[in-house]
Amino acid sequence: MPRYVEDPNKLNARARGLLEELRDKGTLKMKDRLAIPVQRPPVLDPGERSRWQEEVEKPLTPAQAVLESMRCIQCKNPACVKGCPVAIDIPEFLRLTAEGNFSAAIEVIKRTSLLPAICGRVCPQERQCQKDCAVGKSLKDVGLAVAIGKVERFLADWQRNQAQAPVPRIKSPSGRKVAVIGSGPAGLVVAADCRREGHQVTVFEAFHKLGGVLRYGIPEFRLPKEVVDAEIDLLRRMGVEFRTNFVVGRTRKLLDLMDKDGFDAVFIGSGAGLPVFTGMPGEDLVGVFSANEYLTRANMMGAIHPGRTDTPMFVSRRTVVLGGGNVAMDACRMARRLGAEEVVVLYRRSRTEMPARAEEVEHALEEGIEIRFLENALGVLGDESGRVRAVTVQRYALGEPDASGRRRPVPIEGDTYELPADAVLVAIGNNSNPLLTSTTPGLEVNARGNIVVDPETGCTSLERVFAGGDIVLGAATVILAMGEGRRAARSINEMLAREAIEEAADAPRAHAAPTGHWAPGRLRRRRLALGTRRRG
Amino acid sequence: MSSDFEISRVLGEGSLPPSRRRRLRRLGEDASDPAVHEGSEAVPGLPEGSLEPVPPEFEILSVETLAEKVMRMRVRAPLIAQERKPGQFILLQTDVEYGERIPLTIADADPRQGSITLIFQVVGKTTQELASLKVGDALPVLVGPLGTPTHIEKYGRVVAVGGGIGVAPLYPIVEGMKAAGNHLTVIAGARTRELVILESEMRAMADDYIVVTDDGSYGRKALVTQPLKELCEGPEPPDLVIAIGPPIMMKFCAETTRPYGVRTLVSLNTIMVDGTGMCGGCRVNVGGKTRFVCVDGPEFDGHQVDFDNMIARLGAYRDQEKRARDHACRLQALAEKHPHA
Repeated sequence: MPRYVEDPNKLNARARGLLEELRDKGTLKMKDRLAIPVQRPPVLDPGERSRWQEEVEKPLTPAQAVLESMRCIQCKNPACVKGCPVAIDIPEFLRLTAEGNFSAAIEVIKRTSLLPAICGRVCPQERQCQKDCAVGKSLKDVGLAVAIGKVERFLADWQRNQAQAPVPRIKSPSGRKVAVIGSGPAGLVVAADCRREGHQVTVFEAFHKLGGVLRYGIPEFRLPKEVVDAEIDLLRRMGVEFRTNFVVGRTRKLLDLMDKDGFDAVFIGSGAGLPVFTGMPGEDLVGVFSANEYLTRANMMGAIHPGRTDTPMFVSRRTVVLGGGNVAMDACRMARRLGAEEVVVLYRRSRTEMPARAEEVEHALEEGIEIRFLENALGVLGDESGRVRAVTVQRYALGEPDASGRRRPVPIEGDTYELPADAVLVAIGNNSNPLLTSTTPGLEVNARGNIVVDPETGCTSLERVFAGGDIVLGAATVILAMGEGRRAARSINEMLAREAIEEAADAPRAHAAPTGHWAPGRLRRRRLALGTRRRG
Repeated sequence: MSSDFEISRVLGEGSLPPSRRRRLRRLGEDASDPAVHEGSEAVPGLPEGSLEPVPPEFEILSVETLAEKVMRMRVRAPLIAQERKPGQFILLQTDVEYGERIPLTIADADPRQGSITLIFQVVGKTTQELASLKVGDALPVLVGPLGTPTHIEKYGRVVAVGGGIGVAPLYPIVEGMKAAGNHLTVIAGARTRELVILESEMRAMADDYIVVTDDGSYGRKALVTQPLKELCEGPEPPDLVIAIGPPIMMKFCAETTRPYGVRTLVSLNTIMVDGTGMCGGCRVNVGGKTRFVCVDGPEFDGHQVDFDNMIARLGAYRDQEKRARDHACRLQALAEKHPHA
């Protein structure tokens, strides 16, 4: 039996007691709602959990979820919906949850967000839906806002544990084919949305396992892989086809998917996988890793199960992590779990500027990880065999605000020191991976290598090719990638529906009149090929 | 503002018998938007007009031993066979859950048959497992073709230097260079006679074929750098040298040609995970810049590569690998001691 910070049974009993009291009160007033304490989910004891991969935070209990939802005051003009990148009807799902109608509540979420079990866990709620929550404002603490993300996660987990998720209705086969490149958050959403319209959907994944960053990047202790598996399983049951070990751009060129394989539309959701290195001296020493590599070895290649996997993991006692985002937090907590006795994170700004999710920072600190603010690595020092022995650290002070509005960190001249270390994990960001863009002529990218799309439709410079997620946004979040996927899927579905109508109208003439027009001509060629194949 | 919550229903839900839970769920569904929830049946199989069924991918079509611990294997991989170009490689795993990803150069391909040829030396656990596979078995993971292809053009006189197993990745490059009209000299080096591979294939293509062995058991008793130096000093020095083999050999080939200013390409084989530029584990320092072998390479200007750093990085996991080998040895000893355990 794992140890918890607070006994889950006690948490639940307290919530039930409060619910009983509130029932006796009858109709709740605003004052009563604001008086309900924010419900904290059961959390594993930090001392123990920092040696395991088990998920740190458990879902709220049903009573807690109801109670937490009752804290919502049902604003007429809800700020939470505006803060949500995909505009989930938050007051409505909270109202249904407060009524105990969990299945209706989860369906409200699923109208707009396809991956609530994932988003409930990884969204930076304190900067989105919960940021301007009226409850949090009234109580003058964003930490006391309605815990929307925790309720969302509760509902999604509740549904997953009830029964196999029902397969949504799929329209009758349209005869159209959609290729999705990348099986991360954006790709999964496009696959689901296009499949529902009856299109045949094939997802191409470069790795041998599906899920993209959800698989190789975000660790088990933050996002259990069974959650990702359940989402992918649902897509499979919907009839989405998956091709792993398939690098579009290398195994097959993107344009060949359309010209040779007969796909009518392509969605690129290949992500931002190109780790940024600092270029500082010593960065190529043995023991310096990108967080991408470190986490991939641990999560996807199974190095979290030492003894069972063939993929080796660098053993370190003193690990230094560079960066202040979610990836840095994942990396430092992973290093801790893989046996590092000392883990120090260097972040060159202050805590308020840290881009990581507030909860991950708290969890990291609880697990005994030290975060040194206003400090950054100047270089890595090695021993005579080329292995890391220390990091040279520069101290900073906050100066004038920069273009991003954040106060610029300014190095304090001469204020440096040596920090002993045997491993350094670089987690300062990702650029767009050029593998696909460089092998696809005509695909327009900006100076940073991101694919340029029409902001309304997600359409790229190439006809029938759409893109979304980190390959467009630069490294962003799961929910933004999902939102991008939704938008692109809508455009793809509209385009294919329009063509089906045009084709039906053209059909009698199409056989008679020769045409040089590219798109319909190509479509007809394909239909003919299909017909031949069936006859043969 | 009103609230109509029913506390008993809410609190009870977690502990209800399954039948009642189902009923409650149906109630919930009724209350929700009907459009969200039409139908709940799984779609059987794939929709009409789906891609034709894929034959067992990555099936092993043939296995043969070329030399001690050196194997040649043909694997079904139709798409890779079609797309691959000289200089490119694949990554494979022998186990989908816990296998390690190792890069191997594509030694040859037959697009009509839909197969690629891999040549590898048994050195670690993964190559050992690979060598134990039989015709008809299938590799669970095989991805490619990866890396930037060799730039093939007519340079004039090209010297291709292969050390040991390095002759295998050299083969498709030699083939391409010959087809482009270059005069080709192949220098093949090995520790001893038994380890000389692909001799007849190379002889058939090369204008000159020089073989050297460390122990003098075949050809000249020399290192590959000796004939290379002679060629550079000779009346018709090479316009391009391509050297593939152990890192130390490539380093000394580059040092040999440097004084003569002969352009020298080397093909690097570093530690990789994804092979698409995502992890950066394969990075090397080339001319003071960090480059990724998997996407920028595997071929680089040998005069610019920091070989010492690369060799150190190749040994990053030496301790762990040694421990794994010792562990495997102990297990084997145990198994031999207790054959029926």
